[in-house]
Amino acid sequence: MIKVEQLSKHFCDIKAVDNISFEVADNEKLILLGTSGCGKTTTLKMINRIIEPTSGTIFIDGKNIYDQSPELLRRGIGYVLQNNGLFPHYTVAENIAIVPQLLKWDSKRIEKRIAELIEKLHLSKDQLKAYPNELSGGQQQRVGLARALVADPPVLLMDEPFGALDNVTRSKIHAEFKALDELKRKTIIMVTHDVQEAFELGDRISLMDKGKIVQIGTPTELLYKPVNLFVESFLKEQRLQLEFKAVRIKDIWALLPYSKKVGNVNLYADISVWSGMESFKSQQADYLNITHGDETRSVGFEQLVTAFYKYQNGRTHE
Amino acid sequence: MAARMNEHQQTLWEFMQQQSDKLLMQTMQHIGLTFISLIIAVMIGLPLGIWITRRRYFSGIVLGTAGILQTIPSIALLGFMIPLLGIGVKPAIVALLLYALLPIIRNTYTGITGVDAAVKEAAMAMGMNKWQILFKVELPLAMSVILAGIRTATVINVGVATLASYIAAGGLGEFIFGGISLNNTNMILAGAIPAALLAILFDFLLSRLQYLNLRKLKTATVTLPLLLIILASVYFIPSVAYGGKLKAGFTPEFMGRQDGNLGLESKYGLKVHPIVISDAVMYKAAYEKQLDVISGYSTDGRLKAYDLIVLDDDKKIFPPYYAAPIVREDALKQFPDLEKTLNLLSGKITDSIMSDLNYRTDYLHQSPEKVAEDFLRSHDLLKPSRNGSNGIVRIGSKIFGEQYILASMYTMLIRGYTDYDVSTKTGLGGTKICFDALNNNQIDLYPEYTGTGLLAILQPSSKTIDSLTANKNKTYDYVASEFKKKYNIKWLKPIGFNNAYALMMRERQAKQLHIKTISDLKRYLESNQ
Repeated sequence: MIKVEQLSKHFCDIKAVDNISFEVADNEKLILLGTSGCGKTTTLKMINRIIEPTSGTIFIDGKNIYDQSPELLRRGIGYVLQNNGLFPHYTVAENIAIVPQLLKWDSKRIEKRIAELIEKLHLSKDQLKAYPNELSGGQQQRVGLARALVADPPVLLMDEPFGALDNVTRSKIHAEFKALDELKRKTIIMVTHDVQEAFELGDRISLMDKGKIVQIGTPTELLYKPVNLFVESFLKEQRLQLEFKAVRIKDIWALLPYSKKVGNVNLYADISVWSGMESFKSQQADYLNITHGDETRSVGFEQLVTAFYKYQNGRTHE
Repeated sequence: MAARMNEHQQTLWEFMQQQSDKLLMQTMQHIGLTFISLIIAVMIGLPLGIWITRRRYFSGIVLGTAGILQTIPSIALLGFMIPLLGIGVKPAIVALLLYALLPIIRNTYTGITGVDAAVKEAAMAMGMNKWQILFKVELPLAMSVILAGIRTATVINVGVATLASYIAAGGLGEFIFGGISLNNTNMILAGAIPAALLAILFDFLLSRLQYLNLRKLKTATVTLPLLLIILASVYFIPSVAYGGKLKAGFTPEFMGRQDGNLGLESKYGLKVHPIVISDAVMYKAAYEKQLDVISGYSTDGRLKAYDLIVLDDDKKIFPPYYAAPIVREDALKQFPDLEKTLNLLSGKITDSIMSDLNYRTDYLHQSPEKVAEDFLRSHDLLKPSRNGSNGIVRIGSKIFGEQYILASMYTMLIRGYTDYDVSTKTGLGGTKICFDALNNNQIDLYPEYTGTGLLAILQPSSKTIDSLTANKNKTYDYVASEFKKKYNIKWLKPIGFNNAYALMMRERQAKQLHIKTISDLKRYLESNQ
């Protein structure tokens, strides 16, 4: 668990981060969202002490991070950068092996772990001997992720990790990201300015502006219970798509009709309506078998969308 | 060399073969000097460059200082070193390393600050400490830029190392500057061509290293220091200790002349194993007991300043060197009043007067203009300038005090007695440069010495020389008629003094050892061997 208390960072007269506090539960994915200059990256970099705060403290699992040497602290925290920050003079394998070598793992253990990771991240063995500049942007980002995950740190910090990728590659990596079991056991704090990405990947979102947290909560809370006009207008432009992403099928479970038809694709109800809709297309299915608790229902595309709108009407008339 | 007085013109190749021992030694010394100083420059420049990336505040001061060092003319920098470090290898290495510093510091700084910030941040975020970041990330990634700096420094050093011969540190400069003094093109080329080839070769080799791919760079960072150390050690192989009880230092010019070291060897059988040193520092080195026997000129003011005495040339190998202005005939036609004006000085300056005038400039540091003016005034020759505009007479001079004084006197005389104006081109290096300037119509006149005209410019057969040099008038007549015939240049009347070559020692030491003549010197050296 990460606990941030009254954290501030001033650059000369500018309050980049202004007295913020928040907590992140174990295995939770918190997104720091905001426009550039809002202090989200500064906040992130204070957690692994790349930037030292002006005041405030941070606890990881109850331990004050300022009581540890920065090097030891950092070896236990994975870090993924926007421009991947791979060492251009190291091969892919050497890049991934950096932290294990600092931790003095023996070479067999390193080799085994790398082999395991590249399979999970859909990289090929041949690429291990390549240099970063010989890989595509998406592949480089996967190597960056592998490097952060290799020593299996409990905490992962990600600074706009998918920001430099094109849309197609990004949505593909988003899907892999959500499916990766390694990440399910990690506490993740991710910085992004992309609202869609925040809604797609985050359990909770902390919306920041001018060094302060404006609202912190689940995507649904931000959408339907905005604390002020700033939050509302920040989400306004892409609202419909965000709602599809924020609302989970289990939320609209009561509104889904029973259907006799049986589909050929099985899903669980804790995915978003958006993911459900994408599945019709990607799996070329007419009906999805969705399971919620003990119950399984077959749902068609129109039925899903109708149920969503009913749900939405209900919320706005509350 | 001057030994080849006759027969056929020697080719460069023959010269190099004949002098292959010297050539090899000078080349080795040259490589050694270049790389010893380079290694030290890297050992200082690299950490300093790294340090200023950590303390950006100091980067301006450090780079500025190194930049200023770079702008000091090489000869001047070598000159500054002598009071601190004496002559020989030490000051040469220090001067060279000061030149090499700037490119190394600057490129280290640029290379490291140029490393992608994201890569440095990633290294930090993965838990590398600052030393790991430096050695595993910053230095490897900055290596090609740093190597480019080392490459620049190497080429600079190969060039500047030619000047090391001025302060007795050896190298290919011995041939280059000896050749210039002796008007020997083969000798100049025998030094200049290998020096140029060395620069090209090292530049090429280092460029290969610079463009190696990143993986091989790791091996390069190991092999490079090793290679540098091997190259540097080359200097010490040929530099065997100089034999004998007395240390001798001769100018490059004296080394190669029949009426210099060659004559000492052949006519006296004197073998003193001299080191080669520039005239500018030789006297001081003798005074400071770093040298015991030096070559010099009998009218040199520093004789008096440094308590030196001239050893008697009992076998008469040093021919007369009576000074006289030499003028192109067409300049005499163009400026009809010139000849009689220049002749105003003839017979006026004796050896002792010239020594005294030289003493004033060389030791009392009076300006040549002031010394010239005082002399002319005391001999009632000084007239105020007429500010003439009837053409400009171009006066040249070689690069030492006596020539400056004479050039100043002629300037004042021409301005006071004629309607011509004067432009001076002083400091034209040695005989070759000065004479070529005259012969190619870049100057109209300069003061020359009969012996130089005979041996360095005309270079007749040794038989002719032997028949002339015992008698000062014969030498003058021969030189005057040959110059007129060959170059259409006229020798005007001699000024009076004889600035001949001489061997010198400290007066006190010479008395202690009972050495008065060159033959005495030889006897002394042999008795001890």
